[in-house]
Amino acid sequence: MSTLDRGMSALTTPAGRLAALSRAELTLLGRNKSVLVTALVIPLILPFTVQTTLKESALEGTGVQIGEVILTAAVGFALLFAVYNAVTTVFVVRREELVFKRLRTGELRDLEILTGAALPSVLIGLAQCVVVTVGAALLLDLGAPAAVWWSVLGVLLGLGLCVTLAAATAGLSRTPESAQVMVLPLMFVSMIGSGMAVPLEVFPDRLASVLELLPLSPVMTLVRGGWTGELPASEALTALVVAVAWIVLSVFAVRRWFRWEPRR
Amino acid sequence: MNTTTEERVIDVTDLRRTYAGGFEAVRGITFHVGKGELFALLGTNGAGKTSTVELLEGLARPAAGQVRILGHDPYAERTAVRPRIGVMLQEGGFPAELTVAETVRMWAGCTSGARPLGEALELVGLAKRAGVRVKQLSGGEKRRLDLALALLGRPEVLFLDEPTTGLDAEGRAETWELVRELRDRGTTVLLTTHYLEEAESLAERLAILHEGEIAATGTPAEVTASQPSRISFELPEGYFVGDLPPLAGLGVTGHDVVGRTVQLRTPELQRAATGLLLWAQQAGVELRGLDVRSASLEEAFLQIARDMRGGEHGDAHAVRTKETVA
Repeated sequence: MSTLDRGMSALTTPAGRLAALSRAELTLLGRNKSVLVTALVIPLILPFTVQTTLKESALEGTGVQIGEVILTAAVGFALLFAVYNAVTTVFVVRREELVFKRLRTGELRDLEILTGAALPSVLIGLAQCVVVTVGAALLLDLGAPAAVWWSVLGVLLGLGLCVTLAAATAGLSRTPESAQVMVLPLMFVSMIGSGMAVPLEVFPDRLASVLELLPLSPVMTLVRGGWTGELPASEALTALVVAVAWIVLSVFAVRRWFRWEPRR
Repeated sequence: MNTTTEERVIDVTDLRRTYAGGFEAVRGITFHVGKGELFALLGTNGAGKTSTVELLEGLARPAAGQVRILGHDPYAERTAVRPRIGVMLQEGGFPAELTVAETVRMWAGCTSGARPLGEALELVGLAKRAGVRVKQLSGGEKRRLDLALALLGRPEVLFLDEPTTGLDAEGRAETWELVRELRDRGTTVLLTTHYLEEAESLAERLAILHEGEIAATGTPAEVTASQPSRISFELPEGYFVGDLPPLAGLGVTGHDVVGRTVQLRTPELQRAATGLLLWAQQAGVELRGLDVRSASLEEAFLQIARDMRGGEHGDAHAVRTKETVA
């Protein structure tokens, strides 16, 4: 008995399997109007509400430009709505439909299943980050970013972080409906405390240094810092450490709570 | 049965599975399935069929014991095993909003040596439903889609967990025909079912699972032969069990009395029936409700289920009131 029994039939590759799964997920995403609207439209509208709520006076003396705040907020909203919220929903729905369980009987590995299910949302999130930053930069006359690699790194860390946090959140959500509630804490906390709707400079120093430890704070710091170029190495390093720590922490949470099948 | 280790496509030794709450669903079972053989796991709901199959499929790690599929550990050596097996779960999951064709195409991208889409759908009679969303399929059509995916990679070993549950009689017959064809072409098949006629008509060998243990195993004929035949009748008015001829002398190995109905169990049906009927003729009594039946797989299966429920909470059929009719 050897593998020769299969004759000449070629084995699948991780890339091929991932492509097949992602293609199906993209089709499904296109057919889910509510998730699609949440992912595509909200991140494009929300940043401009920041402009109306945030008065110039609040930023006085902080040295922060409102355009930079809006741009950062746009990236943050794209990550939260197009990636974190959408991926959490996809993970929970696939688990409850027993799709994950069925996929696990095949040649796909566990990590491929999660990656394939998340990939369309991640790509949409990435595309939105590009569109909103370019759009915001042009509309708000921000000019070119001073140290774009920090912004790119921030977005990439944000994508990884949002997917692992989504998997952890999915593990704690029993139904697709409860997932809609389970995503709210991180979304609210991030919007208010991670420098999206309100820049951290507005808060008292002591509070701000605590808020810098929130999951998406380092992402926002890197994105904005990359644009302004005003990012001291020590601050960038702190942000990196915090972001990686959150990724490690959420991977632990996934290992602890993520389930491939519904609870009975 | 002198299958050598090489020919054992499925080899299970003292397998155990314990769930997180401490419940032991599989309690030390041992069996093997040879190349090209069709083996059925029979059992009532909760007997441990699915818990066992999931271990064979490599979905979970056993608490103890060993599984070898094509010589490999299906859990630890998943990449070696998966391209060569096909799996149909008891409850398959497919995204509701994908069409049949999209589902098969997606699965084909994840399956080594996948059949073409048309061939896969033709195989299970779903060709006309290719463009239909999964959510619009009937229960039976979903089972057939599941089967199409299990067969997509022309597997050497096929695991079918209750493949015909939810199918109508015609669909069931078609599935049986397909499974037989696959077996004839050399596919090794492990099937679970609670339809006895399914096991009887398809399986070369079977095991009856009962509370996580194998209660009986062998060919359907062997399992049936291990069970006694039955004679039941109503005791004539004014007669007691003690008035019957000595039961041991008729080859009767056991009997139950429920109300006035007597049931005799015997491995020698002709001898026991002849003795009983001769006695009735001589006594000039009529044995109402006389029912003489040889052992069947169904009897064997029910007997095992009955043994499980026996004791204090026995149901109407299982109440044993030995020698208590007065």
